Amino acid sequence: MSSVAPPAPAGPVVRKKKPSGTLYRGREGMWSWVAHRITGMLTFFFLFAHVLDTALVRVSPDSYDRIIETYKNPIVNLMEIGLVGAVLYHALNGIRIMTIDFWFKGPNYQRQMLWAIVGIWLVVMIPGSYFMIIHTVENLFGSK
Amino acid sequence: MSVEFDEAHPPMIEVPRSMPPRRVPRTSRGNFELYAWLFMRVSGMLLVVLVLGHLFIMNILDGGVQRINFAFVAGRWSSPFWQTWDLLMLWLAQLHGANGMRTIINDYTRRDTTRFWLKMLLYAASGLVLFLGTLVIFTFDPTI
Ligand code: HEM
Repeated sequence: MSSVAPPAPAGPVVRKKKPSGTLYRGREGMWSWVAHRITGMLTFFFLFAHVLDTALVRVSPDSYDRIIETYKNPIVNLMEIGLVGAVLYHALNGIRIMTIDFWFKGPNYQRQMLWAIVGIWLVVMIPGSYFMIIHTVENLFGSK
Repeated sequence: MSVEFDEAHPPMIEVPRSMPPRRVPRTSRGNFELYAWLFMRVSGMLLVVLVLGHLFIMNILDGGVQRINFAFVAGRWSSPFWQTWDLLMLWLAQLHGANGMRTIINDYTRRDTTRFWLKMLLYAASGLVLFLGTLVIFTFDPTI
């Protein structure tokens, strides 16, 4: 910064007030919306594939069993955990959106509610992932 | 985790950085957008039970995905309860997801023709999923 003041602009000086922050942009409200949008799209595309693969039960037992085999692959199983996590976030945050919309105090607590659903998400996902992995591991090593 | 604000310059909600609004005919749509908004919330509430229940039963309960095959599907769809569950879930999830995707297309497309064709693709894909999914649930034959 130069210590010499630049020439004052003609006309009344308009001070551009810098707010000390924004209530939405770059904060919890915006990022929870970004995640809601991405998880919703992901689920939509998966649903398309999933209805098509399930439709194979109408073709033959064998073609259905073969496509379902891909879901049992350990790598695909990890992706399924990701899908379950995405849907769970979308569902919990959807409940949060409805609470903000319909409960008169909802907007005041939108931030606390986000941390609450993140907490619920962890409490469900940790044992959930464990069981999903265990089923696959047991199947892999023939202990079941 | 509270955020301190400067009293003199309170936080604000900034104007969206999105494109200027398209000119939408003022009267032709009636209350469609209101009903669509409400449908997202009503269907969302039902999907919490239907989708999270589905994910829990299919991926976590008993042997998870490892136990799923043609015989498993045949057993489930011998019950009108699960047929109704799956039919309801199919229609609500596809309509909810399609309406969400319609919002996303409206948000990001700039040219009228791009918007039009993306929506046609969306409606065609949605029609296919609803038709095929419904057909499979109603015409499933465990003896093929
Ligand atoms: C599991 C229960 C679910 C709940 C509680 C839920 C709730 C919601 C809510 C409240 C909205 C916001 C609507 C708005 O802003 O007007 C929404 C948007 C959306 N949902 Fe869901 N939903 C669920 C399941 C699904 C499923 C299964 C799909 C995919 C097929 C999906 C795809 C979407 C999409 C694409 C959007 C639009 C996102 C956006 O505009 O940014 N949702 N959901």
